[in-house]
Amino acid sequence: MNDSKNELTPSKPPFWNNPKYRALVFQVVLISIVAYFLFSVIQNTLGNMEARGISTGFAFLSETSGFDILQKLIPYSSESTYGDTFVVGLLNTLLISALGIVFATILGFIVGIARLSNNWLIAKIALVYIEIFRNIPLLIQMLFWYLVVLRAMPSARDSFSLFDSFFLNVRGLYLPAPVLGDGFLYTSIALIIALVAVFVLKRWAKHRQEKTGKAFPTVWVSLGLLILFPLFVFLMSGAPLSWEIPELKGFNFQGGITLIPELFALLLAISIYTATFIAEIVRSGIEAVNHGQTEAALSVGLNRSQTLRLVVIPQAMRVIIPPMTSQYLNLAKNSSLATAIGYPDIVSVFMGTTLNQTGQAVEIIAMTMAVYLVLSLTISLFMNWYNAKMSLVER
Amino acid sequence: MYVTDHILPALPAPSDSKGVLHWLKTNLFSSPINIVLTLLGLLLVYKILPPIIDWVFINATWTADNSAECKGEEKGACWAFISNRFGQVMYGFYPPEQFWRPNLAGILLILLTIPLFFEKTPKKVILGGFVLVVFPFIAFVLIHGGYFGLSTIETDKWGGLMLTLIISFVGILCALPLGIILALGRRSNMPIVKSICVIFIEFWRGVPLITVLFMSSVMLPLFFSGGTDFDKLARAMIGIILFQSAYVAEVVRGGLQAIPKGQYEAAVAMGLSYWKSMFLIILPQALKLVIPGLVNTFIALFKDTTLVLTIGLFDLLAIVENVLGSDSAWLGFHTEGLVFAAFVFWMFCFAMSRYSMSLERKLHTGHTH
Amino acid sequence: MNQTNKNTEQPYAIEMINLNKWYGDFHVLKDINLKVKHGERIVICGPSGSGKSTVIRCINHLEEHQQGQIMVNGKEITGDIKQLEQLRTDVGMCFQHFNLFPHLSILDNLTLAPIWVRKIPKAEAEATAMKYLKRVKIPDQANKYPGQLSGGQQQRVAIARSLCMNPKIMLFDEPTSALDPEMISEVLDVMIELANEGGMTMVCVTHEMGFAKQVADRVIFMDAGQIIEENTPTEFFDNPQSERTQLFLSQIIAH
Repeated sequence: MNDSKNELTPSKPPFWNNPKYRALVFQVVLISIVAYFLFSVIQNTLGNMEARGISTGFAFLSETSGFDILQKLIPYSSESTYGDTFVVGLLNTLLISALGIVFATILGFIVGIARLSNNWLIAKIALVYIEIFRNIPLLIQMLFWYLVVLRAMPSARDSFSLFDSFFLNVRGLYLPAPVLGDGFLYTSIALIIALVAVFVLKRWAKHRQEKTGKAFPTVWVSLGLLILFPLFVFLMSGAPLSWEIPELKGFNFQGGITLIPELFALLLAISIYTATFIAEIVRSGIEAVNHGQTEAALSVGLNRSQTLRLVVIPQAMRVIIPPMTSQYLNLAKNSSLATAIGYPDIVSVFMGTTLNQTGQAVEIIAMTMAVYLVLSLTISLFMNWYNAKMSLVER
Repeated sequence: MYVTDHILPALPAPSDSKGVLHWLKTNLFSSPINIVLTLLGLLLVYKILPPIIDWVFINATWTADNSAECKGEEKGACWAFISNRFGQVMYGFYPPEQFWRPNLAGILLILLTIPLFFEKTPKKVILGGFVLVVFPFIAFVLIHGGYFGLSTIETDKWGGLMLTLIISFVGILCALPLGIILALGRRSNMPIVKSICVIFIEFWRGVPLITVLFMSSVMLPLFFSGGTDFDKLARAMIGIILFQSAYVAEVVRGGLQAIPKGQYEAAVAMGLSYWKSMFLIILPQALKLVIPGLVNTFIALFKDTTLVLTIGLFDLLAIVENVLGSDSAWLGFHTEGLVFAAFVFWMFCFAMSRYSMSLERKLHTGHTH
Repeated sequence: MNQTNKNTEQPYAIEMINLNKWYGDFHVLKDINLKVKHGERIVICGPSGSGKSTVIRCINHLEEHQQGQIMVNGKEITGDIKQLEQLRTDVGMCFQHFNLFPHLSILDNLTLAPIWVRKIPKAEAEATAMKYLKRVKIPDQANKYPGQLSGGQQQRVAIARSLCMNPKIMLFDEPTSALDPEMISEVLDVMIELANEGGMTMVCVTHEMGFAKQVADRVIFMDAGQIIEENTPTEFFDNPQSERTQLFLSQIIAH
């Protein structure tokens, strides 16, 4: 026994034929080539920029921009710096992305479910909608809404109006703005209390159902709580809310909230376009749930709505959410087309105007791309986390 | 006990379970909600469809010498606006007496591609290879000229639908090999190769095409020594190819993942080296699987080519929008221009998406035996 | 309570009278007449496409019939929503492909219907579920997910899931035909045990002749959408009358 103790190890091939060494050499060569390429690009760029007299560095961010922006979510004027321009553009990009995601999701779900309707006409209308808008470039649709539809709107004097407080004309959509009075704080507090109460109620109802089996109409009671309680407090505190209604002064409307036509056109185009993709995702997600699941749920006695709620939707959502997030990402990236119609997003005001004025292409393009990369990374991290959490356990 | 050897004849379904009335009842009027939905749907169709048909066909002006003939009450679309400038819409600023050159290239491409769609064509691989590798050079010589006594026509004269097609075809053609290499790299066991490919792919997939186009048109000249100011179209093409290759890589990777592990093992067991097993065994199978995915990527690229108008190239959209739209003799026909461009893009994309769907169906049936 | 009284008044658990069904223009079921007594155990067999699955799917109204009547516990099935809920809690069903809910654990699969339909407290539902899991001999799998179980285990869970609703009638739609051979017996053992306890009306579409011989009160042979032969298992297998039955039996034996 002791004699055979010297262990047998497999003998190794000569190193030039050893796949491990080959791989190592290959990788070292590859990384040297990439490094050399990057190095020469950086060298050339610095040299070229010097030759053209373009300054480098991020000092320009604190210089005065000298131009105003059509739509800003933070105070901004031509006195502001390029750094502010960046922030205003970024916020505008985030605004249109957020609005687009909300509307595209709502529309997409409606159309996707309509596609599966047992009503032939409704299903066909949904299909035609999808096939038309999915196959036309977004940029054309955007230009169509902006140049054709919104340009055809009447002038400020002949605006379309609803209840004399909403106005639509060639300059945009005007909405009443809420003006909060002194006592509104109480209503806000009431709303928060209602939210907490709903949360507590949900937990209690679940607990009670587990204990006694009795279901509690949580949805209706919560809705009532959320609406009635703050409303009661609101009225008790003397209804401290008024509306600032836009008014026609001279050639234009003053006051209220203004949605500029660029935002409106972009929002229309991007929601309608993205909704076609979301609709197809929703449809295939629901279709991906095997029909046997519905049959099994029905045959253990669940009714139609319970079958949908407890069996079909939870399974469909697993299929729907990953491609949906990548559509959201696409939407955010597509919002950069805003440039073409002059909506002041980050590409338009920063990569466009600021780049033209300062000429600092490298810094500006890098910053703009970084914004989108951070956005993509965040979303794909979320997706990985979600997939890991929700993946079905398999043998 | 019960026995019968008498097989009953199959009877037609009762009349209330088939026929037009039954169809209407089950598909349109099966419940109160459905009745309401059907009526709303009919109303929607009635509100939308007739005005569109009136505008596009019935009240449209098809031929006119000047814009005055198109204007007036009750007048619909002015297609004369497009037909009078059809040359520009198709070819941009390409000299009209040379239109035969792109035409010839186009006809050649169609003649070469048609046989590829038939199952029985012999030597499909060689023909396909010819279209992918040799044809682009023939087309370039024809359209750009400079050889064989053809006059040189610079790329800044190219435009219209021709440019749209050139950008998208060249884009996918060059992105394909690059994408395949990236996909193989991403699945490699070598950590450095893998991370370089991952970073490359995720970078291009993370940024919008418009920023890529800006970058290639503004920054690319800075990257090379001496500040070479090369062709605007070539600059845009480089950006588009890099961008597109990342998307191709992800589609191809999906195909590589779908190939069962046994195929890799079998290839190695036969004594094939890595590259041989990839090119002889794995890629032919994987690429066949991903053709529908590649067609979809191509559709996306085709729609995205419209973005080149932001860097001053004159593709189909830019011609109808920026060139024809600002022509003082024909002002005010934005709608016609956009609708026409939309229609052309729609036709191409719709046809391609149907093609990819039918391929997918064929693949599915092929795999379940 | 009422229900049981009614049952004793009604001689038949399931009664089909001149049942006809079409898929589009295809006549799948032709004049099916079948009466199943309470506690009776029926095996239906026949070549594929003979309509045997369709028959039992009509019993809990997963398929709609166009002519004729089906009575379950003396009540005609109409498709009325309220009645359907009651019907489906009285009639349990096991599918060829198990159809367990992959997003729920085994225990949750079993307690879903008792909690939401019967409104039973969760703890109680779980206790019942565990009782039935013990009966199908897999109590230790309660917290796993369907994807982690073998086919035979999944089918046993599916049987337990139906039993949790205390059905009076159990339908089995080819419960063993999607299983690997070595798993068939574990499922059949559970079904045989269930049959031997008595009291449960069972209608089972299967080709398992051993099972049919051991537990069935009657065997029904279907072909071309109609009932061709009906007999006790011994008579049916040893002395088939119709030519079609003989042909079919020779084919399964050859197989």
